[in-house]
Amino acid sequence: MSTAVATDRTAASPAAPPRGRVTQANVLRSEWTKLWTLRSTRWSLLAAVVAMAGLGILIAAVQMGRWTHLDPHERAVYDSIDTGVGGYHLAQLAIGVLGVLVISGEYSTGMIRSSFMAVPKRLPVLWAKIGVFAAVTFVLMLVASLVSFFGVQAIVTGHHLQHSLGDPHALRVVVGTALFLTVLGILSIGIGGLVRNTAGGIALFVFLLFVLPGITAILPASIADSINPYLPLNAGFTVATSTFENGNHLSPWGGFALFFGYAALAVGAAAVGLLRRDA
Amino acid sequence: MMDMIDVDHVSKRYGEKVAVDDLTFTVQPGIVTGFLGPNGAGKSTTMRMILGLDAPTSGSVQVNGKAYRDLAAPLHEIGAMLEARAIHTGRSAYNHLLAMAQTHGIPRSRVTEVIDLVGLTDVARKRAGGFSLGMGQRLGIASALLGDPATVILDEPANGLDPEGILWIRNLLKSLAADGRTVFLSSHLMSEIALTAEHLVVVGRGRLIADTSVAEIVAQASENAAVRVRTPDATALRDALAADGVSVRSDERGVLEVHGLSSERIGELAAQQSIVLHELTPQTASLEEAFMRLTGDSVEYHAAAFTATLTPELEHAA
Repeated sequence: MSTAVATDRTAASPAAPPRGRVTQANVLRSEWTKLWTLRSTRWSLLAAVVAMAGLGILIAAVQMGRWTHLDPHERAVYDSIDTGVGGYHLAQLAIGVLGVLVISGEYSTGMIRSSFMAVPKRLPVLWAKIGVFAAVTFVLMLVASLVSFFGVQAIVTGHHLQHSLGDPHALRVVVGTALFLTVLGILSIGIGGLVRNTAGGIALFVFLLFVLPGITAILPASIADSINPYLPLNAGFTVATSTFENGNHLSPWGGFALFFGYAALAVGAAAVGLLRRDA
Repeated sequence: MMDMIDVDHVSKRYGEKVAVDDLTFTVQPGIVTGFLGPNGAGKSTTMRMILGLDAPTSGSVQVNGKAYRDLAAPLHEIGAMLEARAIHTGRSAYNHLLAMAQTHGIPRSRVTEVIDLVGLTDVARKRAGGFSLGMGQRLGIASALLGDPATVILDEPANGLDPEGILWIRNLLKSLAADGRTVFLSSHLMSEIALTAEHLVVVGRGRLIADTSVAEIVAQASENAAVRVRTPDATALRDALAADGVSVRSDERGVLEVHGLSSERIGELAAQQSIVLHELTPQTASLEEAFMRLTGDSVEYHAAAFTATLTPELEHAA
């Protein structure tokens, strides 16, 4: 192996290779490669797609099989649009964890130093990570929720419960689910960049999205009611549902805008940290 | 010609701890400069500051006349291998280098080329997490050479390598130097650096101790080197040599260690007094001793009093 090095200038640098420079497009290409060349990413994305496409169909099949056993109230409020995107309950975990890992994985392995040596301005790396992950998440989740939506409608047709995409809320919920999961991914990239540690990042993600609502649930109703609509998950969720348990919620796009605001806040804080802190 | 790397009154604090203390030096183009100091002297921190990874608390660092952060294509100007691994363990060597190359629009053919150059062709598609230390170093070197930079920074490249790996690194350094590249190479072992470096920057406890050529350091160290004299009449010889600036030590019966006189002068003085000599040996200072003398006061972690009698290699191994 040592002979490989006993080379002259020609082997080390044949005919002066073309000189490139760092551009946002180049960094995007690099992040695209990074995303797909890790086994953990591919598995997480596969898990998210399977969950998003399959869980709603599975639930609908079970519900229709037991339809005559359901109580009248359940049958009365049954909504095949919401069941059609029910897979997001599981998909959000895969997307959120993967979003944290996209950045924290670089810090835990030391890869971030290579990334920042190649792109010393640093922010292009963050933008590229967000751009690539958001685009991949949106496309995959939109396809998966369409598959789930149509699969569920096909199953519930026998009980005349089906909706078409043209029905009120239907298209908004299907696209909204993909948007909700995309912004969730962006939020968790922000969390990962802020915490820079996989365990801590995932813990913060789980706390914000799943533990916080549990805490407000044990507060007095008057206080909980004024806080709940503004919690990240509750706000973001409004765009991905057609029915609400009670009137205490934000409007679909208002809630989504707030959720987007939370994601922007996390990303902004991560960006400041990225620039100020040592890698 | 412009300095390749210009470190100007740089300090770095981590809380109370001062890692680098008002360090100033330059790395000249076209030669190999050794960056030498005991473990914990601030070498890696300085290199991270050169590469824009850590920000100096005060002072400034420039690469080719610019802050690293302002380089439009850093991989083409300066390639670096850090001591700590900087590779995602789940990614293959090929894909790691490809992702690095893409940031600069460097073609895939160059990725294959550097993989061949460092001899990782057979394992290029395997996960880097399973690499041995030596393979990891080779991948680090491949990353450093990816952009075919004129300046290469290597942080402790021989650390933890087996003899074959060390030989490989030496040959690599020679070929880089023969290419006319600027090489800045850190080590805590003088012997590693002395083989290839022309110039030395020596640090201890974050401060500059010496910024000089290798030849000069050896000359300085040898100037004050001892002469070993074996004689059956040690007491008489000791009296004969007594003079200002001369010190005589004896750790062993019949053996004197003389500082401050050349072996020629000692022989003449002994002849004048008709003292029989059985041995007269000038002790040339090795580079390692020169280094120990330079950094003796500034070693960060003294194991115990006996540390001073160990060579740095042994100290490292312990």
